[in-house]
Amino acid sequence: MSQNAWTDDQPIVSIKDVHKSFGSLEVLKGISMDVMKGEVICIIGPSGSGKSTLIRCVNALNDIQSGSIKVEGQEVNDKDLDKLELRKKVGMVFQQYNLFPHKTALENIMMAPIKVLKQNPADVEKRARELIAKVRLQGKENAYPGELSGGQQQRVAIARSLAMNPDIMLFDEVTAALDPETVKEVLVAIKDLAEDGMTCMLVTHEMGFAKEIADHIYFTDRGVIVEHGPPATFFDKAEDPRTREFLSQIL
Amino acid sequence: MNKKNTIPGINTEPTTNFAVLKPFKATAAGEPEDLLFSRWLASTPIWAWVLMLAAVFIWPTFSYAATAYTTADAFQALLRWIPFIVTGGFLFNVIISFFAMLIGTILGIVLGLMQISPSFYIRWPAQVITQVFRNSPWLVLLFIVLLALPYEIEIGDTIIRIPDWVKAVFGLCLPIMANIAEVVRGAINSVPNGQWEAAESLAYTRHQTLWQIILPQCFKRMIPPWMNWYAILTMATPLCSLLGVEELITLSRQAIEAENNRPELLVPFYGFALLIFFAYCYPIARATIALERRFAVKL
Repeated sequence: MSQNAWTDDQPIVSIKDVHKSFGSLEVLKGISMDVMKGEVICIIGPSGSGKSTLIRCVNALNDIQSGSIKVEGQEVNDKDLDKLELRKKVGMVFQQYNLFPHKTALENIMMAPIKVLKQNPADVEKRARELIAKVRLQGKENAYPGELSGGQQQRVAIARSLAMNPDIMLFDEVTAALDPETVKEVLVAIKDLAEDGMTCMLVTHEMGFAKEIADHIYFTDRGVIVEHGPPATFFDKAEDPRTREFLSQIL
Repeated sequence: MNKKNTIPGINTEPTTNFAVLKPFKATAAGEPEDLLFSRWLASTPIWAWVLMLAAVFIWPTFSYAATAYTTADAFQALLRWIPFIVTGGFLFNVIISFFAMLIGTILGIVLGLMQISPSFYIRWPAQVITQVFRNSPWLVLLFIVLLALPYEIEIGDTIIRIPDWVKAVFGLCLPIMANIAEVVRGAINSVPNGQWEAAESLAYTRHQTLWQIILPQCFKRMIPPWMNWYAILTMATPLCSLLGVEELITLSRQAIEAENNRPELLVPFYGFALLIFFAYCYPIARATIALERRFAVKL
């Protein structure tokens, strides 16, 4: 495509006035945001506010009715979009892990690079073992998802996404289904990733974590971005009453 | 928040105006709802069957005690005929059920996969075919096939005769095809949506997702209902006697006629037919339940 004129100094993800409805229910009512390469942004807000829908639109799991989403200069809201090429650049981790239950942890990580990217299996295995070490799961290579705890499964899911060498990672409430004691191990894995310079978009309810790692925080409510800013100003000097009310309930 | 992501053919409602039975729906791994027949058969303790058969055999002993032709004579007649009935007749039932299942399964898998096609023009005919054959009486299908297929085919100079049992196979494989199609569709539907989404987000094509992610998970779920349908099919093979196929019931009737049609022969001969079907299907039903249990734990 001719839109490869994208350079590092432009936003890697550029969302402009996005509208999305499920039937008569409008969940996104004109959302705009820019994410620069290497940035970590967190989207917070009450449930039903459209956070998950928004990041699912970034890798075209949901389509949008109007507006524009550009990933590395490539328009996503385009019916001729090569979704496979987009998804090779954008990794995603889900709340319910969604590991493939009939494959071991290592196979889960290796499958997509071998089958989709047609890479050499020996190279992929080497990288998969490094990724397992990176998410601190050495020794669990041959365990099936059913034999792993939620936190371990989620870390395998992160490694599985990373094996595709994406430029952007999307995290959709990845700790919401976890036990409180396993939340931390997953957050550590994400933090390592952010520190390595990966561009991350997170939907999260972990305010402390958001405050710690985010470069920018967006607060959404009823399909619009109510307020956004760097964590320091966002948490201490929230201006909108809706944001203040939400934060007072959470913190 | 409404996060439902529709995948054409997977979680969209099937559209048909036919008055139909509810489609097969597996509630969870290894717990398909309509294994009622297998369940019932397998959950019956053996002694109940022994008791029933004993009653069936003892009652005529008393009622015919007064007549000259005794039950013992009838059983002796049965013993004489058993080799003929089993090797000539029951073997045919097994062969017919085997081939009908084989062809029905292959066609059913194709039809089931067509039903989840994203293309309306593939999905719709597949749904219609499935519903038509699922909801037709098996005997009617058998007669249609019998009358619609020619008795022989001429290819050049050679004339190939189509034996009746081959027609019976075709007739019986049609309802099996439709029901296996529903088993396949139900099993695919029972895989959580998240699996499709995870594969999609890893840049799998729909084709790759189906064959590498979804179907390997379905396979185990399909085995118990598949075996259930085999047991039901085997039970239905005596229908072929109405087409003149020389199977168990046809031969039993011929044997009774050869023994002068004595009414005392009815219970031993048809009782034996029951027994032999039971002996064949009971292990299948037990194995179905055992597999179901094993897979339920694993997934």
